[in-house]
Amino acid sequence: MSELSTKVIAGDPRSIGRLITLVENDAPEAVESMKQIHRYTGQAQIIGVTGVMGSGKSSLIFELALVFRAEGKKVGIIAIDPTSPFSGGALLGDRIRMMDLSTDSGVFIRSMGTRGMMGGLTSSLYDVVEILDAAGMNVILIETVGVGQDEVDIVKIADTTLVVLIPGLGDSVQTIKAGLMEIADIFVVNKADKPGVEQTVAELESMLDLVGHTEYRTPIVATSVKQKKGIQLLTSKIAEHQEYLKKSKTFDTRRRQRYEAELIEIIRKRLMDFIFDEKKLKKTVDCCIDQISKKELDPYTAADEILGKILK
Amino acid sequence: MVEKETIKQIRQKRADWEKQKYSKAIQENPERKQKFKNLSDIEIKNLYTPEDIADLGYLKDVGFPGEEPFLRGVHPNLYRGRLWTMRQFAGFGSAEETNKRYHYLLEHGETGLSVAFDYPTLYGYDTDHPLARGEFGKCGVAISSLRDMELLFHGIPLDKITTSMTINGPAAIVWAMYIANAENQGISKEKIGGTIQNDILKEYIAQKSYIFPPEPSMRLIVDTFEYGFKNVPKWNTISISGYHIREAGSTAVQELAFTLGDGIEYVKAAMKRGLSVDDFAPRLSFFFNAHNDFFEEIAKYRAARRIWASEMKKLGAKKQRSLWMRFHTQTAGCSLTAQQPEMNIVRVTMQALAAVLGGTQSLHTNSMDEALALPSEKAVRIALRTQQIIAEESGVTDTVDPLGGSYYIEWLTSKMEEETYKYFDKVERLGGVIPAIEKGFFQREIAESAYRYQKETDENKRIIVGVNRYKLDEEPSIPILKMDEKGEERQINRLKKLRKERDATKVQSHLQRLRKAAEGDENLMPFILDCIHSYVTLGETCDVLREVFGEYKEQAIF
Amino acid sequence: MIKKIRVLVAKPGLDGHDRGAKIVARALRDAGMEVVYTGLHQTAQQIVNTAIQEDVDVVGLSLLSGAHMTLFIDVALLLKEKQMDDVLIVGGGIIPQQDVPGLKKAGIAEVFGPGTPVEDIVSYIKKNVKR
Repeated sequence: MSELSTKVIAGDPRSIGRLITLVENDAPEAVESMKQIHRYTGQAQIIGVTGVMGSGKSSLIFELALVFRAEGKKVGIIAIDPTSPFSGGALLGDRIRMMDLSTDSGVFIRSMGTRGMMGGLTSSLYDVVEILDAAGMNVILIETVGVGQDEVDIVKIADTTLVVLIPGLGDSVQTIKAGLMEIADIFVVNKADKPGVEQTVAELESMLDLVGHTEYRTPIVATSVKQKKGIQLLTSKIAEHQEYLKKSKTFDTRRRQRYEAELIEIIRKRLMDFIFDEKKLKKTVDCCIDQISKKELDPYTAADEILGKILK
Repeated sequence: MVEKETIKQIRQKRADWEKQKYSKAIQENPERKQKFKNLSDIEIKNLYTPEDIADLGYLKDVGFPGEEPFLRGVHPNLYRGRLWTMRQFAGFGSAEETNKRYHYLLEHGETGLSVAFDYPTLYGYDTDHPLARGEFGKCGVAISSLRDMELLFHGIPLDKITTSMTINGPAAIVWAMYIANAENQGISKEKIGGTIQNDILKEYIAQKSYIFPPEPSMRLIVDTFEYGFKNVPKWNTISISGYHIREAGSTAVQELAFTLGDGIEYVKAAMKRGLSVDDFAPRLSFFFNAHNDFFEEIAKYRAARRIWASEMKKLGAKKQRSLWMRFHTQTAGCSLTAQQPEMNIVRVTMQALAAVLGGTQSLHTNSMDEALALPSEKAVRIALRTQQIIAEESGVTDTVDPLGGSYYIEWLTSKMEEETYKYFDKVERLGGVIPAIEKGFFQREIAESAYRYQKETDENKRIIVGVNRYKLDEEPSIPILKMDEKGEERQINRLKKLRKERDATKVQSHLQRLRKAAEGDENLMPFILDCIHSYVTLGETCDVLREVFGEYKEQAIF
Repeated sequence: MIKKIRVLVAKPGLDGHDRGAKIVARALRDAGMEVVYTGLHQTAQQIVNTAIQEDVDVVGLSLLSGAHMTLFIDVALLLKEKQMDDVLIVGGGIIPQQDVPGLKKAGIAEVFGPGTPVEDIVSYIKKNVKR
């Protein structure tokens, strides 16, 4: 095993941080380590936290982390913020709410930009989860951006997905994207110290009634970080969900789906790298695109041509 | 103020003038900029005439100083009767060192004291707290106990001079120290005068020296209003501030709107507790920035007076004194340059003049070296002399509101008022000041303005002499204030001694009673005073309150 | 392979003046960098742990309270102790010229005082990043 892999599995923060950078940058050096550490993954519980902007996800994650720490668990936190499509840069400020945990050696926090992968979670997220898992984290909390496709994609990777709302959204419960409502394993009505909690909870309940769940009815938990209310209840609901997954064998199915998504992502990346590599197919691709623009070629035939070169 | 017919004629004549004389002039001397905009992004015309203030009625909208709408001032004879208070913000190192500086300033003619505290003190930590590492006395004086307060004002007659203290999170506690020190000197609460800044809303928005979350902080503030009105009648229990909002990067309009908005919020909070507005309103004071755009600053102060009077009436104030917007001004720290620092003397002069023409009650002028360090003796003397020269030699103090009636100034005053009300509406729609703070509204506005200002400077669209034009290759070095290196050690020893010598039982019982009161809703001032009198330290008092109230954590807004 | 420069913008100690730090953070973002901003009141320990976890290329320290000789050097020494020698350390704020040599000796590569155009900071980082 490489030195880096050994250190990551031993939980060395420097090495964990370094390997994450390597996978984020798509560095070839990362591949060897990623191959080696996979065997050491599988025990971490992955919790996705998504929801509208301003719903207090970061503070909520901080509180959850405190509870998990008190239970003796090691906690990994991935905080994702949008990468600017113009500059390619990102302001990663979610950590601010979690700085009291920076000196806890049982917590590892990493901020990531979405890095503009065409819709969907940052493609290296699967890798980062594997790294934190292999490094010994018992729980991995992932905070997603809060707008766009990412929220819905989180379900591919998380065992338990929390959808966080705030009261006073009024009838915005309806206006929130349908997809978001469907992926929730637990609804959290955060900032429950504000007016309108009962109404929001009622709206969620009636929406759930319409959908009609069979064995598992999505719980709704009201939390307030300010008043320190509902956090314990939330962690117990998370534990209940974990139990349900294991008992109903859904756990294995979900895990399988995750690895499928992960594998597809790795293949997709490799494929794209190959196709757009200057030394490989980029010239062919550029030529095809020119021809498509001039109507000398159609996109489907172009695809046949390009794939033909790979699948030879 | 001018008849309709005349306005029509003026409009006609102006159109002619633009078409002929003015267009010819700009062919010879093209305009230096495409658009002339002031620091609030308001476009400034080439010329203002009565047409621009056609809707203004002298008696209704402008009036006389000392009367509604108070546009021209709150005092009928202003500087003809009494000059503004020359109050230089000062403090560094230990209490003894700062006491020396206060004596120096008083000898050289300042007429009011103003205390700058160091960061540990501002956050309610004693000098020996781990978080105080490296920070002792660096940006203000360290005050950890009543003992330090005694040393700070040694030899200063607290019944003859007023003191302003820039303290917010632990304001109630530091105020208690001042009161206790005065009492120990035999000066009763009724006789002491001064101000505590005590404006927590702008801390969340701009200065960031908060401790507790908004609700308990507002409770503490209303406690001080109540206590002050009943027991310390000459004290201004709040200095509702725009200075820091401006320093954080806001425009003049934002400074005006956000400050007055905060003020209204405080009034509402006090009224909610059942205090009658006319009881505490006369002791509300304000604190504004004096920045570079000369006329905009003057218009800002005038607009503030008119808006505040109007808003206070809407809130139910009946006494005339409740409508007064009295303010202290400080020249803009953020306008000082580290390059060619002597030039800052010129900047400060212009800014101070704007404040005086705006009718400020009290003024601090920055020292030229403050982009580098705390003021040296020479630099602060020059800053004080700047005020004295304006007062004695310029003649601007001979009449009240000299710029009243200027077409430009009256237009700009009304324009800023208009923009301010737009902000009031925005904040109202967000649910009020505190919800707006939680949503990051003010912080975002300020960050945007700050970023825009930086871009304009970097792109040379805004010229700063010495920084992006008229630069020097070799910057001369100027002497910088050196502080006593033994100060921190002395302070820590003083604390050790204090903790050993005081009555430990009293300390414990007073802290316990404070905790209980904090958990309930009694006015905390008497409990805090008891603690202070028994030499409980600042940190110990704040720790109890931190446990009961919690600590505030901000969100990142760029 | 995409390599982004990752920068930690931190305010050590009790200083609450964050106007400059935020402007720099934003400018770095606009220049394509990933900026981790940790907010106010950070201890050296917090800053260095963050730098390790975030595997940053640059640590940028901002201070206007006068405590830079203690606090900047604390961070530089701790980074050295943790063998983070490939991290570029820069600082800014109210720092008199006479203090700069001492800071540089302790490991702070450059100090950007008041009046520095943000573009200078951006290009300095781009040129001097060690990895």
